Amino acid sequence: MNRYPLWKYILILIALVFGAIYTVPNFFGESPAVQVSSGKATVKVEADMTGRVEKALQQAGLKSKDIFYENNGTQGTVRARFEDTDTQFKAKAILEKALNADPADPAYTLAFNLLPNTPKWLQSMHALPMYLGLDLRGGVHFLMQVDTKAVMNKRMQGLLSSVRANLREKEVRHAGLSREGDLIKVKFRDAEERIKAKKVLTSQMPDVDLVDTAGTEGTDFGLQVKLKPSALKEVISEGIKQNITALSKRVNELGVAEPIIQQQGADRIVVQLPGVQDVARAKSIINRLATLEVRLLDESVIGTVDANTAVPYGSEKFISNRGEYLILTKDPVITGDDITNAASSFDQNQQPAVSVDLNGDGGKRMGNATSTRIGKRMAIVLFEKGKGEVLIAPTINDELRNRFIITGMGSSSAAGDLALLLRAGSLAAPMEIIEERTIGPQLGVENIKQGRNSTIYGFAAIAVFMMAYYLLFGFFSVLALSFNVLLLVAILSLMQATLTLPGIAAIALALGMAIDANVLINERIREELRAGKSPQKAIEEGFDHAWATILDSNVTTLIVGLALLVFGSGAIRGFAVVHCLGIVTSIFSSVFVSRGVVNLWYGRKKKLTSISIGQIWKPTENALK
Amino acid sequence: MELFRIKKDIPFMRHALIFNVVSALTFVAAVFFLLHKGLHFSVEFTGGTVMEVTYPKAANVDAIRHTVEELGFTDSPVQTFGKAQDVVIRLPETKKDAKTSPADTVFEALCKIEKGSLTKVPASAESGTTSEKLACQDADKKELVKLQRVELVGAQVGDELAHDGLMALLFVILGVMLYLAIRFEWKFAVAAIVANLHDVIIILGFFAFFEWEFNLSVLAAVLAVLGYSVNESVVIFDRIRENFRKQRKMSVTEVIDNAITSTISRTIITHGCTQLMVLSMLLIGGPTLHYFAVALTIGILFGIYSSVFVAAAIAMWLGVKREDLIKPVKEKDDTDGAVV
Repeated sequence: MNRYPLWKYILILIALVFGAIYTVPNFFGESPAVQVSSGKATVKVEADMTGRVEKALQQAGLKSKDIFYENNGTQGTVRARFEDTDTQFKAKAILEKALNADPADPAYTLAFNLLPNTPKWLQSMHALPMYLGLDLRGGVHFLMQVDTKAVMNKRMQGLLSSVRANLREKEVRHAGLSREGDLIKVKFRDAEERIKAKKVLTSQMPDVDLVDTAGTEGTDFGLQVKLKPSALKEVISEGIKQNITALSKRVNELGVAEPIIQQQGADRIVVQLPGVQDVARAKSIINRLATLEVRLLDESVIGTVDANTAVPYGSEKFISNRGEYLILTKDPVITGDDITNAASSFDQNQQPAVSVDLNGDGGKRMGNATSTRIGKRMAIVLFEKGKGEVLIAPTINDELRNRFIITGMGSSSAAGDLALLLRAGSLAAPMEIIEERTIGPQLGVENIKQGRNSTIYGFAAIAVFMMAYYLLFGFFSVLALSFNVLLLVAILSLMQATLTLPGIAAIALALGMAIDANVLINERIREELRAGKSPQKAIEEGFDHAWATILDSNVTTLIVGLALLVFGSGAIRGFAVVHCLGIVTSIFSSVFVSRGVVNLWYGRKKKLTSISIGQIWKPTENALK
Repeated sequence: MELFRIKKDIPFMRHALIFNVVSALTFVAAVFFLLHKGLHFSVEFTGGTVMEVTYPKAANVDAIRHTVEELGFTDSPVQTFGKAQDVVIRLPETKKDAKTSPADTVFEALCKIEKGSLTKVPASAESGTTSEKLACQDADKKELVKLQRVELVGAQVGDELAHDGLMALLFVILGVMLYLAIRFEWKFAVAAIVANLHDVIIILGFFAFFEWEFNLSVLAAVLAVLGYSVNESVVIFDRIRENFRKQRKMSVTEVIDNAITSTISRTIITHGCTQLMVLSMLLIGGPTLHYFAVALTIGILFGIYSSVFVAAAIAMWLGVKREDLIKPVKEKDDTDGAVV
């Protein structure tokens, strides 16, 4: 009667194996590593870097455990692991020499790092250790608020000038353009012009809505231009994405092992830098602006330019990424602030291109500068850390206005990179730090110890009590509880959740609460025995009757967990995730698994006369009524 | 071993009035302290800066307080925490455009009174990354005072947290009531929520009375307690429903008494086990988990009281009846529907 079909045992076994595989990586520890990442905006780390690193190490006679390439979306990195910190130090020095030809202008950033020691076969199953939160490993945390209004402002400014440009181009006469908040108002003298204007605008600008309005003085015909809601949303999210890209580049320079740069909510960005202690430096790097400038080639220099060419007053010499020497005027035509958008696209010949949008002012200046210089060249320069780098030096084919395209990149991925760099030239919107946290590494180590110890001791105390009070059934309960921890940690590791101190507290609390289900079951079985049922029957009914109660009580707890998950942020969210998962795993382990163990132990015994669940005290007379 | 040898049902409901008066009094006291003293919110809610510094020997709190005040931070509590060497300094929120953060200014001043100077030293090698930190050292490179933790929160974030906290509380109340109303009956839902909200208010009352710091993890603990004690009430309600089903002749009071009596051993053991865990957090979890564990301890103790003595009594006074829970069962049709 108390037997499980085979599939249920198999399910438990699968859960056990799953739990073991994904929990185990947390115990392997870490080994020293060196991380290679890009040190310049124009240098990308690709998969072929692994070969270069390997060769450099081989030549120096250093042995690395393994070298691998990783791309997290915006940045590629190559990491090499070593046996001990000694080799790690040597390797860094050697790689520094091998990769950076000019130490004054490093193309790659090298940093020390720690990598999990998890065996490859486990890693290939995505079994990795949990990521420790800042409160457990020490570091700096920033929460930055993005000024979305400024993003909108910039976009609207751009929109205004492109409406004006489009109307002018198609010779539509209007009686005035003005901007009011998120709206652009165009006035016309008659209805015909308005219809013409609408035709032009709908064909040229797909992301705006047009609404007819009556003019203010009755005789006027008005037209409202505003961004479509979807485009509006995109402006904000693009702006934030751009800021994140710019931030990750800057943070990369700090050589932080595993920085976290994420969007939080609609308009915030979290930056977490584990291991960093110098807040001031971190802040200055985060707040630093990269600037983009479009400059013209100095026309007074005649003939080929090489390293020895004299630079005239008011100009500077640059080396482009193709190794070509360029002499550029110091005075920029436009700066990154004038660029409202840059995106990779295709030209009329289906060749990859980058289309660039400028604001009205920038368009005017660009027009003035280029109209007399057709056939000559200009250069786009990105300034970072006070050093300029020529991104591209195209020939001017036409008079350039608010919108122009750059061609000749060769591949569409190169076009995408250039567009990204143009956008990253400046932050899309100003940001301000609204939350800042620094945790010393020692405090982190202490937090781990205290969190782990309290969980272990609490667990031990519960285990001792349960086994003393319920004997064998208490042991089964403890077994189920251990199973619960195993599953919980496995799922958290699989999700790559960030373990924080509140998270550890939630694990402890989940265990303290999970035992409730087992107590309910055990008490129920005792009660059934007290009522004179046979042991087998008591086990069966005990589990059955307890089930409804366990379900009800866990659902209410789950409601709380969900509320915390929805409305909580940061630390609370970590707590909530563990709390919710703990409830689910505890139902599984305390009901399903412990029943399985009980069935395995007692289920086959047909003539079971007594079960080990502690002393059953029966009232002498029939008093329980 | 059997701890609970109860021969007869304990007539809990006979004393329901007394229990409710007791809890009403506690409740009123808690509300009084909440209104009178208010909660001692952490920076996470109010905005501002918290910094934690460690000295190699017992810290001179008065000197630190004096230094902080001289820097113009009036009304900035300075306290030791955990050990005599560890000091927590709370600074009010400063203007946005301030170039250096208040924590840096204070740390520099603290370093000065120890006659040390700020120098850049490589951060601990064990973290494996190349980074530097500012350390306060004397001429012999001995660290005089160490900055353990800095936390700076803008007021705006704090307001949002408070708002989100209240929303979470509301969500929990509505969610739990809805679930109980569907699973049981509205009277039980009301009883459970009233009983358990009173737990929450009492925990908050304790925090107000003792001026304990109310931080984010305490909020999490309070909400967890709410769920936990509702869970407790549910177990009893479940038993009441079962008794209504089985014992047709018992009066409502008897049914409730029996339900509480037969679940009391489970109640005590479960809560005892949870408390074991919480106790271990309280004793060895360190200062960060301290108030979290305190809130849970109060919550667990009052949770037992309120679900055993208060929730059922309120349900009784709201007039639960057998018919509320037992839906008339339709007679089953024994035939399989086939007609010849």
